[in-house]
Amino acid sequence: MNPAIEIRDLSVGYRTGKPVLNNINLTVMQNDFIAIIGPNGGGKTTLLKAILGLIKPWKGKITIEGHPVASKAVRAGMGYVPQLIPGKLFPVTVMDVVLMGRLGNSGLFRHFSAADRSAAEKNLRRLGVDHLSNVNMYYLSGGQKQRVLIARALAGEPDILLLDEPVASVDHETQESFFNLLAQLNDSITIVLVTHDVGSVSAHVKNIACINRTLISHGETLSADAVSRAYGCPFELISHGVPHRIIGQKHQEGSSIENNFNGNGKTSD
Amino acid sequence: MGMEKPVIDALGYTFMQHAVAISILASIACGIIGTLVTVNRMSALAGSIAHASFGGLGLAYLIGIHPLIGATGFAIGSALVIGAAQKRSDTAMAALWATGMAAGLVFIKISGTYSADLMSWLFGSLLAVSGSDILFVGILDILILLVIAGLYKEFLAVSYDQEYSRLQGVPTGFIRGLFLVLAALTAVMLMKVTGLIMVIAMLTVPAAIAEMFTSSLRMMMVLASILAALFSLSGLFLAWILDLPPGAVIILLTAMVYFTSIAIEKIRSNQN
Repeated sequence: MNPAIEIRDLSVGYRTGKPVLNNINLTVMQNDFIAIIGPNGGGKTTLLKAILGLIKPWKGKITIEGHPVASKAVRAGMGYVPQLIPGKLFPVTVMDVVLMGRLGNSGLFRHFSAADRSAAEKNLRRLGVDHLSNVNMYYLSGGQKQRVLIARALAGEPDILLLDEPVASVDHETQESFFNLLAQLNDSITIVLVTHDVGSVSAHVKNIACINRTLISHGETLSADAVSRAYGCPFELISHGVPHRIIGQKHQEGSSIENNFNGNGKTSD
Repeated sequence: MGMEKPVIDALGYTFMQHAVAISILASIACGIIGTLVTVNRMSALAGSIAHASFGGLGLAYLIGIHPLIGATGFAIGSALVIGAAQKRSDTAMAALWATGMAAGLVFIKISGTYSADLMSWLFGSLLAVSGSDILFVGILDILILLVIAGLYKEFLAVSYDQEYSRLQGVPTGFIRGLFLVLAALTAVMLMKVTGLIMVIAMLTVPAAIAEMFTSSLRMMMVLASILAALFSLSGLFLAWILDLPPGAVIILLTAMVYFTSIAIEKIRSNQN
């Protein structure tokens, strides 16, 4: 299996002399499902932005499937689900938003093609929000907005999906169906998920990396010690207390995504 | 008093025909650019660019070039400064607003001319529109329509989510720059015709009303243009009947509808 994302000696920040991240080395393999955890202000979002090419590394380099981040083709291979921010009123429908995921496949002075529209529709259906396609984003619930943003990321047919704090603003039930969905997607897509909430993700992912300005630990199991070091204080793990990989695999047996979102195809625990 | 001055008589005058033509043409530019101004939360933009171009007017009088060249130069220059200021664009808009006005006054004082012509830039003269004014605004409309037709999805994406647009390879700097330059041209062009005060009102209020009742950017542009045309035409004829300055009547009428819409919107959202 090949590495999907390779980060070598990465240092990056916003203000000179004050790096947010220092000497990060991290390899994410294809079809991995990795959670990047760490305290708020620890540089998780910065790491995502560096991977996406939104900010330039000061030092070190990042390659995506062997290619440098800068090129448009590489960016097109990555789907990004940003952190949900409280919506402001804006004249944009769900369909408009999902089509934005196809901008990279289109071009200036061109209308969205039939292929762009059908990719958008397919992913709206896949996430169970196709009935909302003409609704203004403003009137959606947090969970619905989340699904629309995932549909937008998937509309570009990415090999890698990057999510920033995806469970921060959704209720527990939505979280469950959300992780079932990610498990399904993970069959064909590498997933990188950033969160400060260790408890909600540790049972669902294959790998965990702890980051607080520098990489504290990276591996398949998560020790309370590493988390405590990352967060700078004793930290009691509130996950299920069993090795998370086993639970993660169980979720992959879940029924179809549509069923999960309709609430009538819940996976057993 | 309306009986003595029937509206139909008004259309017999060339100046009224010109006023009607320019009102409709200006509404197209205002509806489209005003929509982009509103959704980008830059309602101070029109005022800022218009006042900044006042500095250009002063300079033009001082060095003896055509005022429109001075005004357009300053307007585009200030639009690009606002674009470069990025996240601090609100501060840049306020600073340019004040600076343009101050520079204008200083330049005019040095040039030693007090020009009555200058006042028409502040308050406009809807009833003294020339054929070339109509041509200029018509060309501006065509330019705006072409740009928006060709780059609609980019304008929508950059206005809604700039970071995501960048990820998708959209030249966000170019799109924002283009929007600001079009806004600058619209502000200057309309300032000459309708005056600075009306530019500010027409670029913000019809779009703000349209935003309350539409869920797509395209529909908002269309509705804002229709509203702007309705307000300026009915204001124009109301002013004719009441024998009042048309610019002021149009603004008051627009404001009245705006505040009524806010009230309706409030009641509507309380019911849900």
